[in-house]
Amino acid sequence: MPERAILAVEADATVGEPLVNISIFLAFVVVTLYITFRASRNNKTAADYYAAGRTITGSQNGLAIAGDYLSAASFLGIAGAIAVYGYDGFLFSIGFLVAWLVALLLVAELLRNTGKYTMADVLAFRMRQGPVRTAAAVSTLVVSLFYLLAQMAGAGGLVALLLGVSGRGAEAAVVVVVGGLMIVYVLVGGMRGTTWVQIIKASLLMVGALIMVVWVLAKFGFNLSSLFGSAAESSAAAATPRDVLAPGAQYGATALSQFDFVSLGLALVLGTAGLPHVLMRFYTVPTAKDARKSVVWAIWLIGVFYLFSLILGYGAGALVGADTILASPGAVNSAAPLLAFELGGTALLGIISAVAFATILAVVAGLTITASASFAHDIYASVIKKGVKTDTSGVDEVKVARITAVVIGAVAIVLGILALQAGLNIAFLVALAFAIAASANLPTILYTLFWRNFTTQGAVWSIYGGLIVCVGLIIFSPVVSGAPVNPATGVSPSIFKDVDFGWFPLNNPGIVSIPVSFFLGWLGTKLSKERPNVEKYGELEVRSLTGVGAEKAIYH
Amino acid sequence: MTEQAERQTLTPEQYVEAQNSPEFTELRRRFRRFAFPMTVVFLSWYLLYVLLSTYASDFMSQELFGNVNVGIVLGLLQFVSTFLITTLYVRHANKNTDPIADKIRDDMEGRHDA
Repeated sequence: MPERAILAVEADATVGEPLVNISIFLAFVVVTLYITFRASRNNKTAADYYAAGRTITGSQNGLAIAGDYLSAASFLGIAGAIAVYGYDGFLFSIGFLVAWLVALLLVAELLRNTGKYTMADVLAFRMRQGPVRTAAAVSTLVVSLFYLLAQMAGAGGLVALLLGVSGRGAEAAVVVVVGGLMIVYVLVGGMRGTTWVQIIKASLLMVGALIMVVWVLAKFGFNLSSLFGSAAESSAAAATPRDVLAPGAQYGATALSQFDFVSLGLALVLGTAGLPHVLMRFYTVPTAKDARKSVVWAIWLIGVFYLFSLILGYGAGALVGADTILASPGAVNSAAPLLAFELGGTALLGIISAVAFATILAVVAGLTITASASFAHDIYASVIKKGVKTDTSGVDEVKVARITAVVIGAVAIVLGILALQAGLNIAFLVALAFAIAASANLPTILYTLFWRNFTTQGAVWSIYGGLIVCVGLIIFSPVVSGAPVNPATGVSPSIFKDVDFGWFPLNNPGIVSIPVSFFLGWLGTKLSKERPNVEKYGELEVRSLTGVGAEKAIYH
Repeated sequence: MTEQAERQTLTPEQYVEAQNSPEFTELRRRFRRFAFPMTVVFLSWYLLYVLLSTYASDFMSQELFGNVNVGIVLGLLQFVSTFLITTLYVRHANKNTDPIADKIRDDMEGRHDA
């Protein structure tokens, strides 16, 4: 995990030409806003607003998923971690990629066949609606908020750096602008607008990364071994020498940090298929077969992108150097922008910065629509209104979703400013969101789809149990308090530096909280007084595997 | 609207009946026969890799050719295996499960033209 957040932006520490960066950002914003407004003309029903009318094609959705998934933590965090810590950063990307097989083999198609708009549609399918929907919506909101927080904090730090604004007030202003733009995309464009923002962003990201990869490789005569050798030489000569080609530069220090890494690895591989904003994307395609196709596209795009990251990371290590990266305002996260500047000067830096900015906007828009859809569809329409439809097209529900999006946007702005000023690490917050998703959501998703006797009580215990244990352990972990002072920076990396109420030794709780959640789902079911709803399971199983009665696309 | 109508024509009994049909049993068997063992395989292979990287650092640092060591090669093989399993799954689904799923769906939704 990178040691410092993208915070601590010093005055006059800008790289490149802010004016160039700003004009490229503006161009992106103008183009995406135009597309968002065009897309909004077809937003009539709830299916349009939440699921883009289910008319996105498999390949488009694959791009959008990649756009959603390759967040700032992936793009900037992994390249930076490889640049500074080498191999250990590479491990991160492998966990993020392999995780997609869980989604492909066990979740995507079955979910598309049985659900409508949200994760809770599937989890509550054969259970008592009230308790399970509420639980699923609560965990959706918590996971999305954690993820959102990370992106907003990242946006503030990164954009402030690249635009040449500095000081806490200016950073806060950047967060407000990002939050405001995100609200506009979501309110106006709904899922259709959000999808297009993600598609454009993913394309820019792939092209930008490809250009840099070819450029880096050309500098080393297209010889991987000499790139690795040069990165190793450069980091061996750094202020803190590290062996970037061997495992353990970041996590190998003690038995505890090694175990922490195994825990992180588990959370990464099991988290993806439980991320609500990823799951919601499967509803935007016409059929389960398109959902499969979108995951296949996503796996190839994400896999190729992480291979690019390997080159970019070692390239930044070799050409820019770990010392320069760590000394720059964005610390580890600035490796990719600094490499761009090293290679192509102001112009390439401007493009890569615009891509980074686009990344954050696209991801926060996806998270906001997911969280607001879950509140409006699961809590408002199904629990508060008890599923009594006042109108068939769900216009009422969409109105609530829009209001919720504004509220969530406002909350994210405030929390993002706080997280930015507390110096929270973005890749870290994202890893925690993965741990919560793997603990609170994945066990219930798998039990619901594959275990005939699973009951409402099992689902509720597993979701709340996983959520509470995971968040509880984070609160008492070194992330929040009691981490020893880092000799390099002279401060403790914890959020609260002056108090120590921690007792849980691991930074990532996955290895404890995920098994606990699976166990609670089993125990809750075994101790249930009510019988499982076997008829409803029959319907779920038949629908999930065949697509009978699945929601159809709506073409206008 | 048509989607709503379609779904209402199917009763819980019809679903349970479909669930117990030999066709559906075969579909489920084919789906699970691929998905479950493959999940065990890729998760074990991933965990093995994570554990080796964590606890067998010396082995992973051994250089194979030039500056490329065992760890990098095994890491790249994780990419290869992910792409391979993806391709195998798509082939399996197209060949072994989709035709049965399509037939059951058409039968139940009363469309024989598709």
